Amino acid sequence: MSNASQQRFTGTTVIGTARLIAAKDLRVELRSRVLLNQVLPFALIVMVMFAFALDSDAVLERVAPGLVWLAAMFSTLIMVSRSFAVETADGALDQLRSAGVPAMGIFIGKMMALMAQLVVLVTLLILTAVVLYRAELSWAGSVLLVTTGLTATCGLAAVGTLYGGLAAGAKGRETLLPLLLLPVVAPVLIGATRATESAFGTRGVSTGQGWPWLGLLAVFAVLFSVSGAVAFGPLLDD
Amino acid sequence: MSTVSHGHDPASLEPVVDLCDAVAVLGSFPALAGATMTVQRGEIVLLSGPNGAGKTTLLRLCAGLVALERGRGRVLGVDLANDRELVRHRVGMIGHSNGLYGDLTVTENVRFWGRTVGASESEIGLAVSRMGLDGRLAHLPVSRLSAGQRRRTALAGLVARRAELWLLDEPHAGLDAGGRDELDSVLKMAATAGATVIVASHELERAGKLATRQVEVIAGQVRKVAGL
Amino acid sequence: MSNDRATSTPFTKGLGFFVVLGIALLIILGIFVSPADVNQGESVRIMYAHVPGAWLAYLAFVMTAVSSAAYLWKRTRSLTWDRIAGASAEVGVLFMGISLVTGSLWGRLTWGTYWTWDARLTTTAFLFVTYIGYLAVRGLGGTHQQRARRSAVLALLAVLEIPLVHFSVELWNTLHQEASVAGRGTDVEMNGLMLFTLFLGVVVFTLMYIWLVLHRQRSLMLEDMLDDSGLDHALSERRAEATQAGH
Repeated sequence: MSNASQQRFTGTTVIGTARLIAAKDLRVELRSRVLLNQVLPFALIVMVMFAFALDSDAVLERVAPGLVWLAAMFSTLIMVSRSFAVETADGALDQLRSAGVPAMGIFIGKMMALMAQLVVLVTLLILTAVVLYRAELSWAGSVLLVTTGLTATCGLAAVGTLYGGLAAGAKGRETLLPLLLLPVVAPVLIGATRATESAFGTRGVSTGQGWPWLGLLAVFAVLFSVSGAVAFGPLLDD
Repeated sequence: MSTVSHGHDPASLEPVVDLCDAVAVLGSFPALAGATMTVQRGEIVLLSGPNGAGKTTLLRLCAGLVALERGRGRVLGVDLANDRELVRHRVGMIGHSNGLYGDLTVTENVRFWGRTVGASESEIGLAVSRMGLDGRLAHLPVSRLSAGQRRRTALAGLVARRAELWLLDEPHAGLDAGGRDELDSVLKMAATAGATVIVASHELERAGKLATRQVEVIAGQVRKVAGL
Repeated sequence: MSNDRATSTPFTKGLGFFVVLGIALLIILGIFVSPADVNQGESVRIMYAHVPGAWLAYLAFVMTAVSSAAYLWKRTRSLTWDRIAGASAEVGVLFMGISLVTGSLWGRLTWGTYWTWDARLTTTAFLFVTYIGYLAVRGLGGTHQQRARRSAVLALLAVLEIPLVHFSVELWNTLHQEASVAGRGTDVEMNGLMLFTLFLGVVVFTLMYIWLVLHRQRSLMLEDMLDDSGLDHALSERRAEATQAGH
């Protein structure tokens, strides 16, 4: 079987597939502009709703980091849903599998595309927090902030793609995905919020205190990227 | 990017599909209960038979998507019992859906599928024009095409992927008369160019003009009908 | 299996007898015989239901993960493992619910709050929700193998995420000083009889778990067989038609 498994990857490599799929996902987004026209406005409205609900400038400034990442979580749900709706609308995902395209490549490709979109989203959310909630960002904190953003979005993209694949094409998937995904991303919410707090210096938390949280985020991202890459194949298999 | 070479010699007389008493199971249901069939290169074979007879499962078995439980099966020289994953990228299967991305244009869709096997731009362009989709159509998003045009785009994908065996499950469904004519001429062209085509269809009168041979599937087994 | 339609065997009947006996003994010891706690008074008795319940919940979770791994590994692949995983998850969810409710009541009686954000409690709550999600995925339909594969992957992912959740909440709690204050002056002092009762509780609950899983696993098998036999029947009918229709 070893000769056969060597040959499994010839014809299409995992990296080549990943690049192809990521490019395709981003091209679809560019063409349909769902992120731009629907997801970003949704995220902004969520931020505004928080302001209405909390109704206090002092409170808002204090919890701004948490709100940013909460809004990011909710937006991730719809982005993952959308990412797989594109695949199942005309049976493209099935075609990819029947064409023998390596599942690991599909996972990595979709994860990369999702991460790129999440980075755009989180950047916008942080800017919104600075504007709406009057959070203040120190220069020392921005290194921490950027690293946090990248690591957290990587973890979210990995978990989202994995569970999105699991729920894809299943009945009741719209309600199933949040139920599955939100408990899993709790560590990201906790870690990213605390790290962002440190970056902003909210509640007197210094920038130095944020780095351990980054460790948590990194572990999460690595764990789920690897498990996702491995588990995606069996999940999609018939 | 290397390619698998498994009996890839075009002059080989080895049949493209060679099944002997093949049994395939869905869950514990024996969808194929001992199917024996041989298909030579360049043939267009029609699979007829009632719903639930196992036509789709037979196609999926040839595509390497379903495990061979008992019996023998070789497709394109690949042993289905042990190595069925290896046959997948040489076979193209199109069912009721087309596997297309609605927001992307015809060319972009075909290019995507072609790139999964490393096809060049010229091959992709050739695939598009062979299916009669060049010109204005090539740059339209697929969602704006008619059902027949979308079906042809999916087939162009098969050409771009250099699929040697085409497995089509009720490809005429949802097409109007003009669309069906287009589809038939396209399939004939593909067979002339070297592909082998197996079509599962209820369209018996039409398929008679299209196919070289008709084979009936009943209760998971294959019964031959006289050649056409 | 002795009888095609029943899910019990002589073993489970015997086991069940001991379980009932054990529960009776537990109730007598826990509620009547064992002493009240020096600090907490009578409310300590909730512990005899809460601690075994929590232990059970985690045992069930581990069992689900182990069975899922057994299913995924080619050499031991068998739908029985999938059914054990499912049965264990159902029982686990039940006991997690019991554990959370009793824990909440206990907290109310001793510390005045129904809920506190300590790592263990929060992780249990997350585990509870995760397993409800797992059961939802089991109900998605498809062939038995598809169900088995999907849920097995999910169960193993849960094994991954639970330590992560636990760790993050714990880390988060070190920022909150209040967590270490609660519990002081309300610690339970265990004497011999209390320890014995607690130990008995754990044993009885474990036996109860085994009994429940054995039964549930068998009834799941009967359900699967029902799915399959319906098709078998239809198939043989159709095959008969085909041979009649002409060779």
